[in-house]
Parts: sequence; C-alpha cells; structure tokens
Amino acid sequence: MTQVIRKKRGKSAAGSYDKGTWLNWYETMLLIRRFEEQTLKMYGQQKIRGFCHVYIGQEAIGAGLKTAIRPEDPLVTAYRLHGIALARGLTPRSCMAELFGKATGCVNGKGGSMHFFSKNHRFFGGNGIVGAQIPIGAGIALAEKYKGTDNLCVTMFGDGAARQGALYESFNMAMTWKLPVLFICENNQYAMGTSVERTSNVHDLYKIGAAFDMPSEPVDAMDPVAVHEALLKAAEHIRAGNGPYYLEMKTYRYKGHSVSDPAKYRTKEELNDYKSMDPVKVTEKRIVEGGIATAEEIKAIKDKIKEVVLDAVDFAEKSPYPDASELFTDNYMQEDYPYIKD
Amino acid sequence: MPRKLQLRESLREAMSEEMRRDETVFLMGEEVAEYNGAYKVSKGMLDEFGSKRVIDTPIAELGFAGIGVGAAMNGLRPIVEFMTWNFAVLAFDQIVNNAAKTLSQSAGQFNCPIVFRGPSGSAGQLAQQHSQTFESWMANVPGLKVVSCVHVGDAKGLLKSAIRDNDPVCVMESELLYGDVGEVPDGEYLVPIGVAAVRRSGKDVTIVSFNKMMKVVEAAAEELAKEGIEAEVIDLRTIRPLDHHAIVASVKKTNRLVVVDESWPFAGVSAEIAYEIQKYAFDYLDAPVTRVNSADTSLPYAENFVKAYLPNPEKVIKAVKEVMYVKK
Ligand SMILES: Cc1ncc(C[n+]2csc(CCOP(=O)(O)OP(=O)(O)O)c2C)c(N)n1
Ligand SMILES: [Mg+2]
Repeated sequence: MTQVIRKKRGKSAAGSYDKGTWLNWYETMLLIRRFEEQTLKMYGQQKIRGFCHVYIGQEAIGAGLKTAIRPEDPLVTAYRLHGIALARGLTPRSCMAELFGKATGCVNGKGGSMHFFSKNHRFFGGNGIVGAQIPIGAGIALAEKYKGTDNLCVTMFGDGAARQGALYESFNMAMTWKLPVLFICENNQYAMGTSVERTSNVHDLYKIGAAFDMPSEPVDAMDPVAVHEALLKAAEHIRAGNGPYYLEMKTYRYKGHSVSDPAKYRTKEELNDYKSMDPVKVTEKRIVEGGIATAEEIKAIKDKIKEVVLDAVDFAEKSPYPDASELFTDNYMQEDYPYIKD
Repeated sequence: MPRKLQLRESLREAMSEEMRRDETVFLMGEEVAEYNGAYKVSKGMLDEFGSKRVIDTPIAELGFAGIGVGAAMNGLRPIVEFMTWNFAVLAFDQIVNNAAKTLSQSAGQFNCPIVFRGPSGSAGQLAQQHSQTFESWMANVPGLKVVSCVHVGDAKGLLKSAIRDNDPVCVMESELLYGDVGEVPDGEYLVPIGVAAVRRSGKDVTIVSFNKMMKVVEAAAEELAKEGIEAEVIDLRTIRPLDHHAIVASVKKTNRLVVVDESWPFAGVSAEIAYEIQKYAFDYLDAPVTRVNSADTSLPYAENFVKAYLPNPEKVIKAVKEVMYVKK
C-alpha cells in the first residue's frame, strides 16, 4: 500500500536553501546509492558475507541527518546502517573495508555489515537485535542530560522494531524523564516480508507517540528537504529541554530485506510507484530545473562519487584481514583476562 | 519405504502430522505463515491449516512467547518458532520464569505443554549477536527439556515427541542443516526424548556431540579411521535430560572421551558431561575427559575469526590424539 504523505514534495521552495545545501543533500544521497550498489555487487562476488541490508531508497533520511543534526549529537541505529554511517561522515573506505571484513574497517573487521561503530563520529552502532537500540538511545540521551550538554541522541529503528515492547517502555521513561532523544522510525513499510498493515491496527506509526503525549509527526522521507525541516524542528524542541520528539519517516526500500530476499510479497506497481519518487533522481531534477546547479556540475559530482566508491572498493580489496589472534582481544577491557583455552 | 527429505521437510512433516491429529496444536512466529518461514520450514502450512493455526506474529518475541505460555496453560499446544534462538533471548522471561515454572508454582495444577523451536549456533559470518549456541543456556533450567537435532529422520521423531510432551520443550535446529537430505521412515515415527544414539561404533575413543557439530565429528572419525583409530560417535539428540547411561556404557568400552560442543566452554554441556563421566566412570578412564568448544569469546565477523572460533575436524583429531596419548 502506497503511503499518503506526499503533499509537500516539490513545493518546498528551492530558493530557501543555498546551493551548497542542495548539493550537500544530493552528494550525500548519491554517495549512499553508489556505495550500496557496489555493496550488492561485491556481495555477489562473495567479497562480503553474512547478513547484508542496503539503504537504497532511504537515502533522503541520511541527507537530512547530515544537514540538520550536529556532529556532536550521538546516533544509534539498527543493522540497515551503511547509508547512515556514510551520512555521519564515516569514510567510504572504512565502511567498505568493514564489509569486506578487513583490519582497516571501522571496527577492524570485527562487526561486518550490521555492526559499524565509530566513537569519533559519535556513532553508537550497529544493532542486530530488532528494537534493542531504542532503550540504548534513551540511555545515551540520559547521559547527555546528566552531563549537562545540549546534545540530543538520534535513535533510529524500523517499522518492524516499533512492535517490540522495548519501544513502549523506552518512550514512557524518556517522556517521564524528559530525555533529549529524537526517536526516528524509518517506516519502509516492511519488516522482512511483513507489511506494516499485517502487524497492528495502528498503521500510522507516528500515532504511537500519542499514548505518551510525545510530540510526533509523519514526514515525507522521500524528500530531503522535508526530512531536514522536520529534524530541525524536532531538534530545536529537544534542545530547549522539552524532552523527546518522535518522527515517522515514511520511506521505502527498493531492494529486498537483505541480499537473500526476493521480495515477492509486494507488487511491481507499488515498487514502480515509489521509484517514480526516487529521492536521488527527483533531487537531481529539482537542482537542474531550478537552476541551482548546471548539468555539468552534476556530472562532475557523479564522476567524483564514482571515483570515491571505486577507491573504497580498491582500498578494501587491498587491505589485510585481521589476524586470527584478534579473536581474543576486545572481549574484556582487562588486558590479561584468563580465557578458557583448553 | 523410507523417503529422502530435507531436514526442513522432516520438521514440517512432524508439525503437520501433529496438527492433523490434534486440534489443539498450532504454530506461531515471525514470517511462519505468508512468507512460508524465514528458512521455509513451515512452507505450505498456512495453505493447509489456515490463519487460525499458522499465525504470523509481529517482531515481539517476549509478547508472543508469553501468549504461547498462556495458551498452553489454557489447554492448547503451541509451537512457537523463533527465527533464531538469538532472538529468543528477548523471550527468556517467559520461557524461564513462566514456561519452566508454571507447574511448580501451581503445585501441579497448570502444566505448560509448549514447544519453542528455531535454529541455534553459528551460521557463517553473522557476527557476535547472531552466532550463539543455546543448548547449554536452556538446559541449565529445571522445568525445561532440550532436544537438538542433526539427523534428518530423527528430527521428525524428536519434534513429534516434543509436541506431544506435557512439559515445555526447547527444540534446537540449525540454519546450516535445513537443506540436508536424509532418510525419513514412513508412517508414525517417534524418537523418545532422553535417549542418545550411537552413530558409529568403535573401540578406541568415544566422541560425544550434537547438532551440526556431529558433522565435524563424523569427518574427524573418518580421518581417524584412516590412521587406525576407531572412534565411537554418540549423538546426544536430547541435551536435557542427558542420557549419561549411553555415554558411560561407551566409555566403559573405550576408556576415553572427547566432547565436541559448539557452546561456550564455561558451565556448558561439555562441562556437565565431564562431571557425569568422572562421577560414574572414573575407574574406567585412561585419560582426562577432553572437550572441543567454540572459543571463549564473542564471534566477530571476518572469515578467519569464524575458522579460529569453531570446532573443526583438525581440532577434534588433535583432542582424540591427546586422550590416546598418540604423538603428532
Ligand atoms: C529480536 C529480533 N527478532 C527478529 C530478528 C530478525 N529480523 C532481522 S531484521 C527483521 C525485520 C525488521 O524490520 P524493520 O524493523 O522494519 O527494519 P528494516 O529491515 O525494514 O529496516 C527481522 C524480523 C532480529 N534481528 N531480532
Ligand atoms: Mg521496515
């Protein structure tokens, strides 16, 4: 079922944002798209193994996060994270190398596709257990409040995760304690093969916030402008000390749940309908037609991104694997921990 | 005439046959109905039994496990599928604090005839959260029974017994075994809970294992045979209650024991077996009991970590030679 929140698309005036912002959105989305296309290709060549979930279709959320959220704001998400990590500024090299399981990856080949982390980017993972990061995000926010910063914690989860009890417990505590947490549901309409409609009577996931009196809104997340504006408004509310805010990003994934899912549970028409709002293509069109940048400038960006992504693959390819002895590092902070090795 | 089936089909036959014979049996879990199961174990069952008895749940393990427990207390026989046991961790409250304790708490008034099933153990480069082995965890809990399958035919018989059992039973499967093909007997086939099976007889050393580590052990036994070492291989089939009689009987013959267990070493199945054997076969042992486990760590992603972490035939052969005091 196609979601109905589209009224604002194309109406947000190009003029209210400068060229740099528009190109920032476009570049971020294009980088994610091209990176993920390479990810799929490399998975096909078995350079990448295990579970692997790509972000294709959801790029506008990454773009909005890049411009609306401060780099010092912590962020935590689930396993569909490559695009978000890139938007946070993790390098394509460190991300691709991680997917390859190489020592130069963002977690030294220890996490793979589902478990990127980067303390420098305040990127708190990378959770493979559906819904587990929701209370963790509230906890990260508690620590920010405790320390007296004006940072907020961006806490992201899927529509499927919204059915976990952890969400309801966390929403309640976060509201009661006025924690600086920005909850973001990335509603791409499916949890594996299960549509939102089949898991609840409540199909508009933003409405869940109402039970906690949490300010909650749906967002047209095929549009980076709408995402950016909604995030800014929510962030302002949270930074003013008012407690949590909850945004339901209405989006879509163009590919299957993971590389092994043929996605037979949805129709071609539905997929095509969403492809007609492809955030990368629509944004490119708006930029060129709105006279924000020339076709040549767009071409230069495309060439640059292509280069960056191929360089990341090359880097990953040439990097060494971690040493197998690293199996016995990072399990405890205690350096001489006595492992059972009999 | 036995038929050749995949392990997933054998499990499906067990569920379907029990659902045909008993109206109170039903299946619930994530993607079990319309998607035909994340690993296609329940393929076609929605078509046969309808949505009243093959139920897709939201991703809400604690909730639907608890709904299973309540239904079991009130006269039904739920089969609760976890996409993998890693996600059953969310449901431990209901499994451990309720399913396992209802009979005791109610002084025998309420039992909980429920099956919790799904794959356990590592399945490739799935990293820390998706690679854990749960036989030891669940077997630690009084009130639960635990079976673990690898043999295609026995999987059917074990699951049927689990569904008919009047106590809660955890059934451990493996993503990597679902496609395995083996013989399944025709007609009613039940494998009793609590009885191990000798898969290979030998006189030199006993190797005990379960689930997909049996494959590792069988490969090791083949290699050892080439060197003239005859291993007796026991598939536990049931973890709790543990059939220590079968192990003791074998050790009395071979005087040596190696346990191969994908669980972590600390307080695991291998530790329990080693205890039982030193207790009941102390005088028959010619060497300390040895074990091969997964490494005492979380399992990171990269390929070489997986190799270093898991038991493999080389590690088993080394352990066997150790208990036999064979050099090289
Ligand atoms: C607790 C738990 N249960 C089940 C799974 C298996 N699983 C992985 S992703 C997924 C679907 C989640 O869908 P959603 O939250 O909508 O996120 P999306 O994949 O669409 O980004 C499921 C069921 C899991 N990883 N963790
Ligand atoms: Mg989803």
